[in-house]
Amino acid sequence: MSLLAELQAFFAVYALKWPEWSGPMGRAVIVTLQITALAYALGLVVGLVVALGRLSRNPFLRRAAAVYVEVARGVPALVVLFLIYYGLVPLGVVLDAVPAAVIGLGLSAGGYVAEIVRAGIGATHRGQREAGASIGLTPLGVYRFILIPQAARIALPPLVGVLIAVLKDSSLASLISAPDIMLRAKDISSSDFLPLHILLVAGALYFVLALPLSAAASALERRMSRGLKSRP
Amino acid sequence: MTDPLLKIEGLRKSFGALEVLHGVDLALDQSRKVAIIGPSGSGKTTILRCVNYLEVPTGGHVWLDGELIGEKRVGDRFVHLSERELAPQRREMGFVFQNFYLWPHLTVLENVALGPWRVQGMARREAMDLAETMLDKVHMGHKRDEYPERLSGGQQQRVGMARALAQQPKVILFDEPTSALDPELVGEVLSVIQELAAEGRTMILVTHEIRFARDVADVVVFMDGGRIVEQGPPAAVIDDPRHERTRRFLGQLGRG
Amino acid sequence: MFERVPYYIGVLLKGATVTVGITLGALAIALALGLALAVLRTTRLPLARPFVRSWVEVFRDIPPLTQLFIIYFGLTYVGIRLDPFTAAVVGLGLNGSAYCAEIFRSGFSAVHHGQREAAASIGMTPMRAMRFVVFPQAFRVTLPPLANYAIGLIKDTAVASAVAAPEILFRARNLTSETFETPLIYLLVAILYFCLTFPIARLVDRLEARRKAWA
Repeated sequence: MSLLAELQAFFAVYALKWPEWSGPMGRAVIVTLQITALAYALGLVVGLVVALGRLSRNPFLRRAAAVYVEVARGVPALVVLFLIYYGLVPLGVVLDAVPAAVIGLGLSAGGYVAEIVRAGIGATHRGQREAGASIGLTPLGVYRFILIPQAARIALPPLVGVLIAVLKDSSLASLISAPDIMLRAKDISSSDFLPLHILLVAGALYFVLALPLSAAASALERRMSRGLKSRP
Repeated sequence: MTDPLLKIEGLRKSFGALEVLHGVDLALDQSRKVAIIGPSGSGKTTILRCVNYLEVPTGGHVWLDGELIGEKRVGDRFVHLSERELAPQRREMGFVFQNFYLWPHLTVLENVALGPWRVQGMARREAMDLAETMLDKVHMGHKRDEYPERLSGGQQQRVGMARALAQQPKVILFDEPTSALDPELVGEVLSVIQELAAEGRTMILVTHEIRFARDVADVVVFMDGGRIVEQGPPAAVIDDPRHERTRRFLGQLGRG
Repeated sequence: MFERVPYYIGVLLKGATVTVGITLGALAIALALGLALAVLRTTRLPLARPFVRSWVEVFRDIPPLTQLFIIYFGLTYVGIRLDPFTAAVVGLGLNGSAYCAEIFRSGFSAVHHGQREAAASIGMTPMRAMRFVVFPQAFRVTLPPLANYAIGLIKDTAVASAVAAPEILFRARNLTSETFETPLIYLLVAILYFCLTFPIARLVDRLEARRKAWA
């Protein structure tokens, strides 16, 4: 059989199986999106709090925030998920897979968000802050009108990057049996004996979900590198 | 005899073990212009930064219009104000930075209007109008909608001055306003300063431009090693200095 | 309650050697392939740029776990059976090639094109200019992001447990099935990963600090 014919046969399977797969895979996409959105939201909140901790004047808060960032940077998200989902059971904390995934991925993402926010605020020159103080802005005003607007433009592209990372990491939730894209793909591959077909579908789904985000991230980055004048 | 508008008394500043100001006294009346000259590292800039508490002095006091700056009296002790409490006091003093420090995310007009709008609580429209007036004063009205990075250094510095003027300050502090500029851009900045001086504004000018200091200032202060070596009318300090160190400094400049 | 800790640590350390093995194998593939892709992108070959861009986009946007499953489970459908270790090395290596290609690309573009012109002006071929002028300069720009990538890679090796590669997390899961000290074991796992990544993180910080000193 020629290669072309083989390929044709390969793709013919989809025509046959897709009606059967589309339902469960569609629901799985929803679960993946839910986990991603909630974990990202949690990550943003955690990250902002930790970043403010790192910039605080209280040495204890600064230290604690730094340790948080180091740990989040150094421990795999999957280990965090296992720790939360399996590890807390003997201590009487029993979570469902989806909430456990949201918490684990959110805590993990928080470390990255914190570094990005801190770098954004740190990237604005000290003189910017002083100029704000010199016209009589309060510290809060300096943050509100000078530092945050500048930091936001610097932080936006990498923050979209974190969203992509959370989307990809949400696949780990399947390993604690959250019914997401990967878990459904795994189920179907063992029931239909078509692992390559369904796993390629899973890969394509992630790709389609991530592509617009990664396009947005690089567009933002290009705009940033054009400088600050590009503001509308 | 009225109190001076700005009074500095026994001002000291240390960075770690290094003391850069060893007790400086200075007073200036309304509409006076003081130029501070001296070699780099003599503490000229530190005085300005301590006056509006961008640096917290290690000792001494500053009064503006009779009000104690950066400190309050609690019983018979002086306590430093928080940044929050400092804000309304800094509003009374304009500061022009050596490196301009315009805010890159705001247009020229917004840079100037931010203070009137967000600090003085003017209506947005009113703040923009005031900003326009101030930009015209420094001859930068035509660039109101540009972003700072599109401007030359001299233009940025003129916007920096408009920003300080928009505070309607009692005194303007100029921290080496032309030191970061290419030589051909110095003139436009100095001529604006001269115009402001002619309006009768009170100002302290830290500068390396000796000739300009002589033309504009009522009082020239020569500093060296964190102390005021001598002060007086320009004719005395610059043209006929009494101290050896002043002579040496001016002599080096003459040769350089 | 801690008397079995030394035993746990012993088992997990055996897993750590596998983790390090997967990391090094995948790193080698990622670096070699990434460099090749980045160089390919600078050539004038037709379709080189779109090919590299699509490669990067596909391997970067699909989760490592999915890529690993495609290689380990999916390829059995066409008769390719890899053992878990090899599948993990290949899967993570391909995934990493996308990151490394991007890192090298930005490293090259950080070298001013005047440098290349200067090399050409003394008669260097493009290949030689790459080797003697561009690479050495790009290297120090790329080192911190490469080290960051290596940290991410170590963390990503944990997904190999899902195809039963006997690395740290897989051994931990086996341990938890023979005992109830689950929290303790996962805590040890977290500490172990931290010990693997922390020295690299420190190195990154140092390199960043030095790079700032150069700038």
